[in-house]
Amino acid sequence: MKILVCIKQVPDMESKFKVDAAGTWYDNADLAWRMNEYDEYAVEQAVQLKEQAGEGDITVLSIGPDKVKEAMKKALAMGCDRGVHVSDDAVSSKEPYQIASIIAAFAGDKGFDVIFTGLQSQDRGSGQVGVLVGELLGLPSVTTVVDFNMEGDSVTAKRELEGGIRAVVKVATPALFTCQLGLNTPRYPTLPNIMKAKKKELLTIPVADLLDVDPRQQTAALFFPEKKGGGLVLEGEVGDLADQLVQILKEKTTVLS
Amino acid sequence: MKALLVAEYRDGQLLGSYQELIGFARQLGADCSMFLVGSGSALPAFEGTLYLADAAQVGDYNPDVHKQLLLSVIEQEQPDYIVFLHSSYGWDLAPRVACSLKASQISEVVEIKDGTMVVPVCNAKLRRQVTPNTQVTVLTLQAGAFGLAEPPTGSPEVKEVSTDAVGPITFTGYEAAEAGGVDLSKSEVIVSAGRGVGKPENVSIIEDLASALGGDYGASRPVVDSEWVEHNRQVGTTGQTVAPKLYVACGISGAIQHLAGMKKSEFIVAVNTDKDAPIGEVADVLVVADLKQFIPALTEKIKGG
Ligand SMILES: Cc1cc2nc3c(=O)[nH]c(=O)nc-3n(C[C@H](O)[C@H](O)[C@H](O)COP(=O)(O)OP(=O)(O)OC[C@H]3O[C@@H](n4cnc5c(N)ncnc54)[C@H](O)[C@@H]3O)c2cc1C
Ligand SMILES: Cc1cc2nc3c(=O)[nH]c(=O)nc-3n(C[C@H](O)[C@H](O)[C@H](O)COP(=O)(O)OP(=O)(O)OC[C@H]3O[C@@H](n4cnc5c(N)ncnc54)[C@H](O)[C@@H]3O)c2cc1C
Repeated sequence: MKILVCIKQVPDMESKFKVDAAGTWYDNADLAWRMNEYDEYAVEQAVQLKEQAGEGDITVLSIGPDKVKEAMKKALAMGCDRGVHVSDDAVSSKEPYQIASIIAAFAGDKGFDVIFTGLQSQDRGSGQVGVLVGELLGLPSVTTVVDFNMEGDSVTAKRELEGGIRAVVKVATPALFTCQLGLNTPRYPTLPNIMKAKKKELLTIPVADLLDVDPRQQTAALFFPEKKGGGLVLEGEVGDLADQLVQILKEKTTVLS
Repeated sequence: MKALLVAEYRDGQLLGSYQELIGFARQLGADCSMFLVGSGSALPAFEGTLYLADAAQVGDYNPDVHKQLLLSVIEQEQPDYIVFLHSSYGWDLAPRVACSLKASQISEVVEIKDGTMVVPVCNAKLRRQVTPNTQVTVLTLQAGAFGLAEPPTGSPEVKEVSTDAVGPITFTGYEAAEAGGVDLSKSEVIVSAGRGVGKPENVSIIEDLASALGGDYGASRPVVDSEWVEHNRQVGTTGQTVAPKLYVACGISGAIQHLAGMKKSEFIVAVNTDKDAPIGEVADVLVVADLKQFIPALTEKIKGG
């Protein structure tokens, strides 16, 4: 069984963001980077699928500059077999359709049985790439998956809907699945597996070899939202803060009376 | 300018979110028609053409079938915008339609600024203004971003549509959310634990404050997904919707899906180490502190009267 997992590297969302000089993205300096949270579930599901099947070969793919290899190394340490780094220093100007086209161009002739992506990325969060890859490859895609079970070439998946209701669907492979939070419990790479991962194949392909479509949209501006909330911000020593908050709760609410 | 609005129907019900689509179209100043796979007995209040496929015949959501129906309507209507809600239905169907139309898709629109679409970035810490390069644009709207002051009125002119399409994906049934246990919707005080609690042992800090305040404790999704707290205490779009007198969000960043479940609370206190956390947008008071130190101190003060 051949499995493909697509992962994106994103900044830590707790970072203090700044707008870059061009005014169209956040400044990449001084950010801590990690694997997109949704993609951790995708990697884990791929590894579990291989373990359950007792055989299989998992390719992890990521598009971006050299530093995205850090996220790929984590995926290899979690149990992916090989990495494909689509090297693109100008990934910033790519939009979801182009990213999907690159992935589809790579996957086109490889005969993957199962493809996993995240439901969405944490930074840009379009929630488009997975479905677009499926459409471009002519494969069925199931989104927002919180439960995945494969028997033979048939997959039963549960799609999460609003209110936590689930729609149960069946589909034959080859097929693509976009992974939602809570699908599984992503493992932590162990030290021996981190060492082993260093020896795994990590192929680099220049993006120009895979991309031949123009962008369908562009970013005109990136900016901070106007603060509408205007609530009170309290900072200081915890004892004082607790006193202040108790006072506020007494004045503004009835819960302490 | 023409917009085709895609309303939703699930498990025998027309979803009220179609009103948000109308609210958006009005702001945009577009003429609109609507598409619905639903039932003639539960029509949206709307003045205009409604392309209706019969859910009883089409069955529950099947992406390929809905895509084919929608493409045939688009062919007739020739809209400039095809507008979905950014929901489990919208984010599933919209990219399929966009791909077939070779159209640009702009996801999770929260605002129209100078005629162009604005979307959130990095958990709503930033916003991005996006311009399409294509004639036709597919949009999904963030739930709750576009409302109507008054519910819409009127009755649509119904045009029936149908298809023979069958897709490779078979729907086999719905499963209810894990039910039972705690009904937080009746609680007057809720103290919720977010990922910022750090480890399962720290959930007791949150429980202690909740009991000192005579309330219940809840949680954000990652805390539930990690099984530190049971699902029936999850607050948010895929958990419960609550509106207590006091909501204390501890170590919760304030993702839209969490806010949707608690922003109607009467008074909101957030405790967070990140002064810029988006929870600050809805909080009446944001305490910038490490919850592991602050919450026990607060609990002591409250117990001490
Ligand atoms: C290092 C880096 C720098 C960037 N800089 C900018 C910038 O300056 N300006 C800007 O506008 N955008 C920037 N981007 C964003 C980039 O162009 C988007 O990743 C792309 O448009 C996809 O959109 P999305 O994240 O909304 O995808 P979504 O549709 O939300 O992603 C869904 C899934 O698709 C897969 N996926 C998404 N992106 C990739 C990828 N790169 N490689 C492999 N799989 C992927 C993942 O499985 C992900 O979970 C940057 C991305 C990276 C990786
Ligand atoms: C379709 C869909 C449905 C969803 N449904 C829900 C839902 O129903 N409910 C829900 O909650 N989420 C839901 N989510 C997930 C949501 O998008 C967020 O991922 C989630 O709400 C984040 O939870 P969090 O705020 O606890 O964690 P994070 O976003 O990781 O935030 C942790 C916060 O804790 C702060 N922090 C860290 N350490 C400390 C400390 N020591 N003291 C104080 N503060 C600290 C950090 O600054 C940060 O702000 C859904 C997502 C999707 C895509």
